[in-house]
Amino acid sequence: MAAETALTRTPPVQAGEAGAGGRVRRTGPLTPYLFLLPYFVVFATFVLVPAVYGLWISLHDWDYLLPGKPFVGLDNYQALFDSSSAVYSFFWESMSATGIFTLLSVPLLLVVPLLLALLLNRSFKGRTIFRAIYFAPYVLGVAVIGVLWRFLLDPNLGVVNAILGAIGLPGDTPWTTALPWAWVTLVGVTVWWTLGFNAVIYLAGLQDIPRELYEAARIDGGGKWAEFRHVTLPGLRPVLLFVTVNTILVSANMFGQSYLITQGAPGTETRTAIMYIAQVGLSDYKMGSAAAMSYLLTACLLLISLVVFRLFREKDS
Amino acid sequence: MIDKNLTRRGVLGLGLGAGGAVLLGACGDSGPNEKVTGGGQNAAPAATSYDGPNVALAFWNGFTGGDGPFMKKLVDQFNTEHPNIKVSMNTYQWADYYQKTPAAVSTGNGPDVGVMHVDHVATNAARGVILPLEDLAKALNFKAEDFSPPVWNAGVYNNTRYAIPLDVHPLGFFYNKSVMEKGGLDPEKPPTNNDEYQAALEAMKAKGIQGDWVTPFEFTGSMQFQSLLWQFGGNLFDDQGTKALFAEQPGVQALTWMTDHIKNGYSPKNVAQDADLIALRNGKNAFNWNGIWTINTLKEDKNLEWGVAPLPQIGSQKAAWAGSHQFVQFKQKAKDDNKLAAGKVFINWISQHSIEWARGGQVPARAEIRNGADFKALPEQSAIGTQIDYLHFLPPKPGIADVMATMVTAINEAVLGRKEPAKALSDGAAKANQLLEQNAKKYGS
Repeated sequence: MAAETALTRTPPVQAGEAGAGGRVRRTGPLTPYLFLLPYFVVFATFVLVPAVYGLWISLHDWDYLLPGKPFVGLDNYQALFDSSSAVYSFFWESMSATGIFTLLSVPLLLVVPLLLALLLNRSFKGRTIFRAIYFAPYVLGVAVIGVLWRFLLDPNLGVVNAILGAIGLPGDTPWTTALPWAWVTLVGVTVWWTLGFNAVIYLAGLQDIPRELYEAARIDGGGKWAEFRHVTLPGLRPVLLFVTVNTILVSANMFGQSYLITQGAPGTETRTAIMYIAQVGLSDYKMGSAAAMSYLLTACLLLISLVVFRLFREKDS
Repeated sequence: MIDKNLTRRGVLGLGLGAGGAVLLGACGDSGPNEKVTGGGQNAAPAATSYDGPNVALAFWNGFTGGDGPFMKKLVDQFNTEHPNIKVSMNTYQWADYYQKTPAAVSTGNGPDVGVMHVDHVATNAARGVILPLEDLAKALNFKAEDFSPPVWNAGVYNNTRYAIPLDVHPLGFFYNKSVMEKGGLDPEKPPTNNDEYQAALEAMKAKGIQGDWVTPFEFTGSMQFQSLLWQFGGNLFDDQGTKALFAEQPGVQALTWMTDHIKNGYSPKNVAQDADLIALRNGKNAFNWNGIWTINTLKEDKNLEWGVAPLPQIGSQKAAWAGSHQFVQFKQKAKDDNKLAAGKVFINWISQHSIEWARGGQVPARAEIRNGADFKALPEQSAIGTQIDYLHFLPPKPGIADVMATMVTAINEAVLGRKEPAKALSDGAAKANQLLEQNAKKYGS
C-alpha cells in the first residue's frame, strides 16, 4: 500500500526543508544555518541548556529529590567567600590543590613532549616503535594507571621503594601519603601517562613546517638553536596554542589520579576541586553549592584561557 | 562494602560511602522543606505468600565482590520456588549505586527491591527514594529480639521503619599465626585485652617484627577508631544527632592508642590503602582489625596460617564497628500492589534463607539463623558474630554518611603524623558540627 501511494503520488515541487527551496541555490539565505542546525541542536541540548540550568540550580538550595528547593540567591556563591562557612576551607583547599597540580604539570607537559617530538621527528631506525612506546600509556584508562602506580609506589610494600633501597637510596619515601611526595607522584604519573598525546600533536605540527625554511636557515648560516628559535617555534605556534590551552584545561580537571592513587591524602591536601565538587554534588546531594563551585572554577579557567590566547596574540604583533 | 575489589574499596575510602553506628529517636519538624514521609504510600497488605498474577521484580544491589554469586544463587532458588514472581538481579558498584538509584527513582525507572547500607537508609527515606516497610514488619510479627536491637532499630527513621535487616558485617580481629610464632607468641591465643595486646606487640618488636600496621584510611582505620572510641566509652554523636562527640576524651584516647603504635615502632609510618592487609598476607604483619568480608579474601591464600577472633577489649567495655545490609522497597511512579506484595514475599524469603548468605562471609541479622547449628558450623563467621550484642550503628539521620567524612579526614591527618590526635579530632568535629547544622536545615529535622 505504501508502495502504491508512492507510485501514484506526484513528487512535491517543494522539498520539506523550511525555506531552503527545492533547488540548491548557492545564495539561499538560510542554507548556512541549516547546515549548522544539527550541530547546534546537539550543542544546545547537551551544553547550552544544562549550563543555563546549572546557573539556575546554583541560585537554590537544590536537591532534585526534595520537594522544597528554596531560592537562596547568591548565598551559595557567598559561602565560598565566607571563611566561617562549612564549604570555605574545603573548597579553597581543593582549588589550591588543583592550582598546585596545574602549575607543576603544565610546564612539564609542554616541554617534555616537545623535546620528545623533536627527537622522534628525526629519521633513525626503529622510529615508529619508539613513537608507539611513548604513546602507549595514553591508551590506558585512569583506573588502570591509578591502581598500577598505587601498588608500585606503596611506601612500605611497593616495588619502587624496594628497588631504591636495594641500590642504597632511601627506601622509605612516602610516595602516596605525605607532601611533597604525593605531588611528585601525581605529577610524575600524569606526565608519564599523557605525554604521548601532546607529543603526537607536536609531531604532526613539526611535519607541517616546510623543509625549505630549514634549508634557507642553513644557507644563512644559522645553527641548530637558531633553526629551532626562528623556524620551528614560529611554525609550531598554532599547535602550541592548542596544546597549551588544552593541557591547562585537562590538568585543571584532574580527578582520577588523586582519587585512586592518594585518595586526597594526606588529610584532604591532594583532593582536587573536581573531586570535591563531585562529592558535594553527587554524594552529599548539595547540587546548588556544587553548581556554584563549578561556575567559579569555570570562571577561573576562562580567565586563564583568555590570558593564554592574549599572550600568543601579542607574539603575533 | 563487602568486596575484595581494591579500587572500589579505595573509592569508598574517600568518604563516598560507608560508616557505622548508634541510634536515636526521630526529630522535631519545621524546616524549609515540608516533611517528607517517604514519598508515597505502601499500604498493600504484607503477605508471606503471593498468589496474584505473574509479576517481574527488579532487584538492585552492590554485591560486586565474592558475595554476589551467593545472592544470585538465592535469587535463582526463589524464582524456582515462586513461579508467579520473576526477580531479576542487577549489581552496581556501591558508590555508583547510591547515585544511580535516587536518579532512577526520580525518573520512574527505579528498581522494585534493593539493598542498602544501614547508614544510607535515613537519607534515602528523607529524600523519598524508599518506602516505609512498617506493614511488612507487622504482618510478619517481627520484633527487635528476632534480630538484635541495635541493628533492628537502625532501620527506623522518623518513627517509621524503612528497612529490614539482612545481615551485619562487623569488624573482627584477624591474625597471621606464622608471624605470631615468629614473634614468640602462642598462635592459638590471640590477645583479648590491652595488656596482652601491648605485651604481644612488644614481644614481636623484640624480634624485629612490626606486628600491627595502623592504616590512616577509612578502610579500615576509621572503623578501628570507632570501635576503640566506643570501647573507651565514647560516642560519635549525641543522641539527637546534632553534635559531634568524637573529639572528646574517649576519642582522643582511641586515636592516641592508634598513633602510639607508630610512635612505639609497632607499625610502620605511611601505611597506604590496603597495605595493612597485604602485609598480613605476605607475612610482614601479624594483627589486622578488618571487616568480616576479609574472611573470603584470606581463604584464597591456601598456604596462609590465619585466624580470626572478636575484637580485643582495649577500653572499659566491649564494642565493635559494624555495617549492615538492609532490604528496602523503592518508590514507583505508579503504585502496583501486586509488585509491592511480591517484593515483601521476596524480602521475607531471603531473610529466612540467609544462612546461605552467611556462607558468603556475613553474620545473618535474624537471630534464629544466627543461633542455628548451620551458622555455628562456620567457625570464622560465628567467631565474629559473637559480637552481635555490642555493635553500634550511626544515628539514623539524613546525610549522616557525609558528616563521617570529616572524622575520616581527622584520622588520616593524625595517623600520617600531620596533626596531634586531639587537634585533628577537634578540627574534624568543628567541621562535622557545621555539616550537621546544614543537614538539619536541609532535611528539616
